[in-house]
Amino acid sequence: MTSPTDERPAGAREGDAASCPAAPETFSGNRGLDIEEPLLFTLGSSQKTGVDLPEPRGLAPRLDGVARRGPIGLKGLSEPETLRHYVRLSRRNYAIDSGIFPLGSCTMKHNPRLNERVARLPGFADVHPLQPQQTVQGVLALMDMLSHWLLTMTGLEAVALSPKAGAHGELCGMIAIKAAHEASGEAERRRVVLVPESAHGTNPATAALLGYRVRAVPADSDGTVRAEAVAEVLGEDVAALMLTNPNTCGLFERDVVEIARLVHEAGAYFYCDGANLNAILAKARPGDLGVDAMHINLHKTFSTPHGGGGPGSGPVVFSKALAPFAPLPRVVRDGETFHLVEHDGRADGGGDTRQRPFGRLTAFHGQMGMFVRAMAYMLSHGSDGLRQASEDAVLNANYLRASLRDVMSQPFGDRICMHEVLFDDAFLKGTGVTTLDFAKALIDEGFHPMTIYFPLVVHGALLIEPTESESRASLDQFIASLRALAEAAKAGDRDRFLAAPRLAPRRRLDETRAARKPVLRWMAPEPARAAE
Amino acid sequence: MRYLPLEPEDRRAMLARIGVADIDALFADIPEAVRLAEPLDLPPGAGELEVTRTMERLAARNTPAGSVPFFIGCGAYRHHVPATVDHLIQRSEFLTAYTPYQPEIAQGTLQYLFEFQTQVALMTGMEVANASMYDGSTATAEAVLMAQRVTKRAKAVLSGSLHPHYRAVVETLAHFGESTVVALPPAPETMGGGEAIAAHIDAETACVVVQMPGFFGDVFDLSPIAAAAHAHGALLVAVVTEAVSLGALTPPGAMGADIVVAEGQSLGNGLNFGGPYVGLFATRQKFVRQMPGRLVGETVDADGRPGYVLTLASREQHIRRERATSNICTNSGLAALAFTIHATLLGEAGLARLATLNHESAILLAEALSTVPGVEVLNETFFNEFTLRVPGRAAALIDALAEKGVLGGVPVSRLLPDRPDLADLVIVAASEINTDADRARYRDTLGQILAETTS
Repeated sequence: MTSPTDERPAGAREGDAASCPAAPETFSGNRGLDIEEPLLFTLGSSQKTGVDLPEPRGLAPRLDGVARRGPIGLKGLSEPETLRHYVRLSRRNYAIDSGIFPLGSCTMKHNPRLNERVARLPGFADVHPLQPQQTVQGVLALMDMLSHWLLTMTGLEAVALSPKAGAHGELCGMIAIKAAHEASGEAERRRVVLVPESAHGTNPATAALLGYRVRAVPADSDGTVRAEAVAEVLGEDVAALMLTNPNTCGLFERDVVEIARLVHEAGAYFYCDGANLNAILAKARPGDLGVDAMHINLHKTFSTPHGGGGPGSGPVVFSKALAPFAPLPRVVRDGETFHLVEHDGRADGGGDTRQRPFGRLTAFHGQMGMFVRAMAYMLSHGSDGLRQASEDAVLNANYLRASLRDVMSQPFGDRICMHEVLFDDAFLKGTGVTTLDFAKALIDEGFHPMTIYFPLVVHGALLIEPTESESRASLDQFIASLRALAEAAKAGDRDRFLAAPRLAPRRRLDETRAARKPVLRWMAPEPARAAE
Repeated sequence: MRYLPLEPEDRRAMLARIGVADIDALFADIPEAVRLAEPLDLPPGAGELEVTRTMERLAARNTPAGSVPFFIGCGAYRHHVPATVDHLIQRSEFLTAYTPYQPEIAQGTLQYLFEFQTQVALMTGMEVANASMYDGSTATAEAVLMAQRVTKRAKAVLSGSLHPHYRAVVETLAHFGESTVVALPPAPETMGGGEAIAAHIDAETACVVVQMPGFFGDVFDLSPIAAAAHAHGALLVAVVTEAVSLGALTPPGAMGADIVVAEGQSLGNGLNFGGPYVGLFATRQKFVRQMPGRLVGETVDADGRPGYVLTLASREQHIRRERATSNICTNSGLAALAFTIHATLLGEAGLARLATLNHESAILLAEALSTVPGVEVLNETFFNEFTLRVPGRAAALIDALAEKGVLGGVPVSRLLPDRPDLADLVIVAASEINTDADRARYRDTLGQILAETTS
């Protein structure tokens, strides 16, 4: 192990080094508030438990021959040890609550705590998905209310609330499209889905899952898709176009209305990846742009927490043409009573004959816990607040752009962006510093890096999405660090970047080693296993 | 608006730096014809107090499970979740973090996911587990797709023991993904492993999907089915909808399962009307590169200290795009955290005891209900859920019970409306939350309703 002082580049921060020598290695491995925490499997034991459960009565089991015979191998901790373990782990995470989280395309906005509180009301959190419907009328009313808001905001016809996340919503939308082609007898010949090169990876992955071939649509030199480029690749074999708007370069697709017209003229459908809806919410409605299906990431636009990677929630809105194919279940309002339609009534001659649901995407009815949070967000903002949020998100992104344009480089020239601003690595040319190095240096400055190397169409991409949740003071701090780093890179202070991060709980991790010989779980040491 | 930090003065100064006259200039790329001139036809914003009132009004129109004797299962189970769990998952650093793409500042998330993967592998008796899926049903559909990749075969055979919603999810994906499903009908008379599933396995079969405990609640040995599958080069996918059962039963991995998927809601997570839940996904080491979903692996940092990273991303959509193993992007991070904290609090001893208490609660309930004239418990074996045959329509009976303040189970017709032959069946679940008084109340109310309807 090398000491931090060996790594410190000569000439960097000389003054500091003289007045404040680097801290020595500690005996414990801890560094002040930064505590090393072992795996729970080395802390706990098989006897210890953090719950007090009553003694079983000793009834004769009815498990036939499949009662467990061997130990599971789990380790337990008492309650205080459990708290300490997870609190210590939590302190090794960056989070929105502690600073700007400018991941482009991910929309890390403030997560209101009111949403957490109302989602925990027993009337929402403690109801079973298969309770009799008369005992869950309030839940169904909330789902109906959420549907109304989503449809009003998007100008579309029907909504499927059940998709569990954005990618699941994509699947939902694309299945509805395939079902519509099946219904018109065109599924056999429509085998191609058009996807621009700048799309999220989930788009082509979803199309492939449904047996579609993916045909790329090239972007223009300004980073957007031109109607002519779509016309060029459209044909009778095309089932759908999947387009993100605003796109992943942070730009609004100006030809979108014309593109939708061309797609419809060719007998195909327009799937819009709604990941970036937060830029245009209450400013334009996807329905007016010609969209046939779009998923809405409640965890992006409507502030439900990302939770370190989920749970998400991805309701899908449909145009009139696709509405009949929306999956089950659906909520139907009948006066003051709400019904959850869980089955396709066509088979036995009942049900609504206009509906042709394509089936079911998940057990039960979707991410109810997220519906409550998103609804609380919407009610809090209201029509006026939603519009202001979109405007502030776009304003913040453009403020970053205007404050960084002279020291960083933009792939498509200095033009107005939507809710996120894209830079490339041209400004790092000749410095020996890569986009990755630059991002890691930001960690030492106390910030979470932006999205890097995405979209793939831009070399060394740095995609920054500040969201409307950042104050001007917060943006100014972030700008000052980005400017200082850009200037340091250009001034040849390369070591600062190559060795970064130095001040995080871990330095760069060896990802090659992790992938070459994957260690995906803890294993009991050999002697202990022999003893079991 | 309380969530928006910018003041009018900020906005003016920022527009000036950008060099535009007004905010509309930043939206100029949206074609004029489709730019909204008017506000949306929705109410204006509201304060915390008003929003709380609206939400409380809606919540009050539901019957919380904890407010009545409660016996509903069928894929979602009510257990006591320790207070520590909900406190910890609301730590800002867990709640408001993103996917750990920058591992140096996400070791908290990565380490708990590594611990979660270990716990899931141990509980299922498998070698490796991923960092979670959306829920049990989507995990099942992903398991079928994975088996198709591993075997390069297109057909999946689904046991009648599989939850009807799970079956529907697999069928939807199979139909639109252009593969084949043979689904055996749910049949209570074949409970306990009596289903003749082996006859449907052939050289085209990628996998056999069996749920244990089964949809009707029975427990049985998976080994004969595993042997039949393996004899034809097919995989056994074992589905578990009640994770607590893993504390009492031989793990699917020890009975020959090649992939184990489960609904993990029972540990750490509330009912939430069906979501968010957490899907568990475990398999054998040799299939790891065909797995869907995120995986966390152990490694070292530049100073040689141990640490964790997302790994084997070359399987995933953000790298491989249309050649990815799945289109899945998120996992159920926070729900997985709740699961892993609850599992840590329980430990080996606690999980085993919790499972025993659940089993005993079901035994006591079965004994109580079978004393009601006309009611028959169909199961020979069960863990914490079993099937009742009742006189008349089960759905009407369950509604009548609800009227009298007992949530008494799921009528099979709710999940299988096209099976009139099963319309007199109710699936009933018990857990550690049920008291002697709850069971007596259920027994007495049921007896009373049946006496009234038959008299």
